[in-house]
Amino acid sequence: MSKAEIKRRILGRLIPGLTSLAKKGPSGWMIILGIVIVSALVIMTLFAPWLAPYNPRSLVGPIRAPPSLQFPMGTNHLGQDMLSRILCGGSIMLQVSALSVLVCFLIGVPLGLFSSYVGGIFDRTMSLVIDAVYAFPSLVIAIAVAAMLGTGVVNMALSIAVVYIPSYFRIVRSQVLSIKELTYVEAARAAGAKWHTILFRYVFPNVIPSIVVVASINFADAVLTAAGLTFIGLGVRIDIPDWGWDLTSGRALIASGAWWVIAFPGLMIILLALGFTLIGDGLSELLNPKLQR
Amino acid sequence: MPIIEIDSLTVDYRASRGTIRAVGDVSFRLEKGETLGLAGESGSGKSTLGLSIMRLVPYPGVIVKGQIKIVGTDILKLPEHEMRSVRGKKVAYIFQDPMTSLNPVKSIGAHFVELIRTHEPNTNKEEALGRAKNILNVLGILPERINDYPHQFSGGMRQRIMIGLAIALNPDLVIADEPTTALDVIVQAKILDLLKSLRDTYGMALILITHDLSIVLERCDKIIVMYAGQLVEQAKSIDIQEKPMHPYTQGLLRSIPNIELADQRLEAIPGNPPDLLNLPKGCRFNPRCPYGMEYCYKETPLIDLGRGHLVRCFLYGG
Repeated sequence: MSKAEIKRRILGRLIPGLTSLAKKGPSGWMIILGIVIVSALVIMTLFAPWLAPYNPRSLVGPIRAPPSLQFPMGTNHLGQDMLSRILCGGSIMLQVSALSVLVCFLIGVPLGLFSSYVGGIFDRTMSLVIDAVYAFPSLVIAIAVAAMLGTGVVNMALSIAVVYIPSYFRIVRSQVLSIKELTYVEAARAAGAKWHTILFRYVFPNVIPSIVVVASINFADAVLTAAGLTFIGLGVRIDIPDWGWDLTSGRALIASGAWWVIAFPGLMIILLALGFTLIGDGLSELLNPKLQR
Repeated sequence: MPIIEIDSLTVDYRASRGTIRAVGDVSFRLEKGETLGLAGESGSGKSTLGLSIMRLVPYPGVIVKGQIKIVGTDILKLPEHEMRSVRGKKVAYIFQDPMTSLNPVKSIGAHFVELIRTHEPNTNKEEALGRAKNILNVLGILPERINDYPHQFSGGMRQRIMIGLAIALNPDLVIADEPTTALDVIVQAKILDLLKSLRDTYGMALILITHDLSIVLERCDKIIVMYAGQLVEQAKSIDIQEKPMHPYTQGLLRSIPNIELADQRLEAIPGNPPDLLNLPKGCRFNPRCPYGMEYCYKETPLIDLGRGHLVRCFLYGG
């Protein structure tokens, strides 16, 4: 398959998909906007080595230089170019947040579904364990897990996942507890449906809107927790440009009036979180038939 | 062969405070095309009886003894996976509350497709949708609305859809558990007439569970009156209308308002149904019965008056 053909195939799927989303009204547009923001950031990060005017790790100018033509976003306290750091710094954030949400989703959701559907002693035990984890302050437990696992993107994602799995579990569990008592679940049973059909076709679809909300909060929070982990040296190596690190290390410079050192990384993190939130909210509206029309 | 044959069915709820006998020793049989009315007040065990026919008595309910034969098969002996093919296919259940009986995230068509393909895995989606449209037509719902979601329908329409789902696989027996309780009076009559005409068209047996004896009287062939888990009277509908024997049935009939006697005072049965954990000795209706005798504190015999008329009362012998 040639490159041109691959391109045509991808676009051939993507464009009809986006147009049908656009026809769904405001929630469709929210999703499109979210996808545009997130993919713009992803593309930016991918092409950063070519886009960046300077090496983000080298000292290229005076320290704390305000934005100018030479340094459009100014320089930080080490004299590194902020624009280059912004362009290159998304990679860790994107990987960590996507990976942690994926891990949470794959562990927290099935656990919550089964635990509450099965009930009994299994459910009691699971709830106790999960509540014990939930009782810890989130950053403390993330730090503890990160300290055990060591640094690196995957370990960061895992330590954030440990913090968030209880939220998924609890939301899913409580929703399933109420949904499984509803008449349509009973009706499905009376119509001869198997237990897994009931769980995945009747109970699970009604839980999705709540999961999506947790996931979008999780995305945004993962970005900030990742920044915190990097700040105390449990994230990635400090010389790798990272928005979270720039934001936290730049905090000390606010008093000196160097607003650009934290404003730009902060904006990028907000933008990323906004993108995820738009997708999440849009999805939760789109998946709810009552809000659809 | 009778569609359903129940023999001395007994269902207990093993609660932590003690065992409650929700259904005690009930027997009946129902032929093709017949309707049975199951009447009684809340807590009399009528819904439990209905659910035990599907083997879906909720925890901690247990079917203690008895036999339930559906078209000759004793379903209490079936393994669970075979029981699943009875549910929906041979026996269909219509639940009380149409507002929550449909999955809110699935379209009406998806409900039909899901049901049909559960029992006939070889049917493709288009075929199932086609059948669903035919059924909607019979129910008086526009087939174009097949892709609409439950919240876009009114209560009466949703109940009709539930009925449609119940008859979709042409079951032998349909159990309707208070199908009209959540609906207004005009829609009630329509739903009941619909059930009746479907029963005639498809030749199925129908069990109508209700607390409203007036509904049951007109539309049923047989009637079972239950009180506190016991069958107190079983008879043909006409016999109950003309000559109710059990004091409880008499009381129920007297408490139906009559539109022609506008100045008539509505009679109520004095007292309350007994606490099922703390039943009176002997006849369970005894404390509220105007004819209570000394005998009534001992056993209560089920007396056969002939013509299939059974009554659990000392007034008629024993």
